[in-house]
Amino acid sequence: MSDPDTDRRPAEAAAATGDASAPRPVPYRGGGYRPVHIRGIGIVTFIVLIALVEWGTRTGWISNLTLPRPSDVLATFGDLWTTGMLWTHMAPSLSRLVVGAAMGVSAGIAVGVAIGLFSVVRAGLVPLVAALFPIPKIALLPLFVIWFGIDEGSKYALIALGTFTPTVVSTYGAVDNVDRTLIRMGQSFGLSWVSIVRKIVLPGALPGILSGLRVSLAIGIILLVAAEMLGAQYGIGAYILEAGSLYDLERLFAGVVILSALGVLTSSGIGWVERRLLDWRV
Amino acid sequence: MELRLDGISHRYGDVEVLSDIDLTIPEGRIVCIVGPSGCGKSTLLRFLGGLEVPERGAVLQQGPRPADCLNPLTYIFQDFALLPWRSVAGNIRLVLEDSRLPGAEMGRIVDDVLARTRLTDFRDALPKQLSGGMKQRVAIARAMAVNPAVMLMDEPLSALDSQTRELLMDDLVSLWTRAPFTAVYVTHNLAEAVRLGHRIVVLSRRPGAVREIVEIDTPLAERRMGDPALDAQQARLWQLMRDEAAAADAELADV
Ligand SMILES: Nc1ncnc2c1ncn2[C@@H]1O[C@H](COP(=O)(O)OP(=O)(O)OP(=O)(O)O)[C@@H](O)[C@H]1O
Ligand SMILES: [Mg+2]
Repeated sequence: MSDPDTDRRPAEAAAATGDASAPRPVPYRGGGYRPVHIRGIGIVTFIVLIALVEWGTRTGWISNLTLPRPSDVLATFGDLWTTGMLWTHMAPSLSRLVVGAAMGVSAGIAVGVAIGLFSVVRAGLVPLVAALFPIPKIALLPLFVIWFGIDEGSKYALIALGTFTPTVVSTYGAVDNVDRTLIRMGQSFGLSWVSIVRKIVLPGALPGILSGLRVSLAIGIILLVAAEMLGAQYGIGAYILEAGSLYDLERLFAGVVILSALGVLTSSGIGWVERRLLDWRV
Repeated sequence: MELRLDGISHRYGDVEVLSDIDLTIPEGRIVCIVGPSGCGKSTLLRFLGGLEVPERGAVLQQGPRPADCLNPLTYIFQDFALLPWRSVAGNIRLVLEDSRLPGAEMGRIVDDVLARTRLTDFRDALPKQLSGGMKQRVAIARAMAVNPAVMLMDEPLSALDSQTRELLMDDLVSLWTRAPFTAVYVTHNLAEAVRLGHRIVVLSRRPGAVREIVEIDTPLAERRMGDPALDAQQARLWQLMRDEAAAADAELADV
């Protein structure tokens, strides 16, 4: 054994020389499959993609008709900001989304919990929800216009109905998945029905409800734009529709970026709530 | 308070689980129920606490319940059944919140049972931060908080390692010695049965019937690991169980 390296790391040396009798470290294979909160990587993904498009459009590798240049979109966005039009479009959109989603989500959670708790409600409503879910809600917009008027009412209703069905489905699934032994424990200690629902069923269903909310709110944003495209003077949907009909790609993309930002914002908002409320999870 | 099982029989579908069980749980004693797997011990315990109703027969309670008893028939579960989103103190408080006790009184009870189970330092910990033995101590503290007339325990120590089991058995013995409680204790483990039981009920294989009832007169506090008299009892119980278990095993193989 003259080589000092061999003396210091018998294991590696053994691996290199294929000496089966020397001690070798057991390889680690227990990692992964567990989400960890890593900051920054999401932002890096965005930056890399945008930088790639910027570089492509500048070198001519991507033609101007295919994709607008990100810096031009940014300039358009700056215009929107300085002229105050950003807020003119954002304010009505946000209020439509907040009002509509609040109605749909709260009704959806209430109905979902009721389905989870009462067999009669389940038998009556599950088929109805299954029938409502696949209907493209945009197809019903003319009907909503007749029922709720051309103004805000029909838009609220569209967003509410669109967020309602996925919320119901995820909520009753979450209630079904609450640990039965905990409910039995509550019963065995003589807790009242209200206490069992409020202190055992609802907290136990919260993880499932929150992850369902991510889907519901994304659907809410999609429907918001659809509703605004069909009839609104202001709003992000109206802005995008106008830009699209003029083939103004910069403005179109500025609108799309706003929507994406809205999506990221709601999703990270839910993530924040999850970290606050669900820190008890193993 | 005394519990009496009166001619209990039950079947799930075509499977006869229990047949004609008569049993008395005397006040202030620990009754251990042992028997081969699947003979209906857990089912029997669910009948005792009113979580299920037997097909035939009756479960009767007799005598006055303790004065400040909030939940006469109280379970301790094998898998602890703690709410993961509540702290140790919160889990104990949960079973008091419906009782309309004044808040200060609730706080006093929580402090008292935490002290009795040596958990005071962990009152604000979440269940995920506790070891299995501590979780079961929380469950025991929670059961004691409602001052039950009868404790119903379904293999409460089965999920724990043998050292923790010894320590918790010591805990149970000292709790009982200080304030004798009535308990039904279902277990697979004959060492636990002879250590904790005043009366040991051996059930036969499915359909479960009372095969034999063994009384052990040695006071709980004087029972030690390796005591020859207890070992002899345990060996005798094992003889009884062994035939039943072997027969049950052979039956399964026939299916
Ligand atoms: N809800 C139920 N529906 C149908 N069959 C059941 C139900 N609960 C229990 N059984 C059956 O009844 C029999 C007795 O079950 P039980 O859980 O009481 O046995 P056990 O003595 O506690 O067994 P172990 O020692 O394995 O815990 C088993 O064969 C089981 O499959
Ligand atoms: Mg069992």
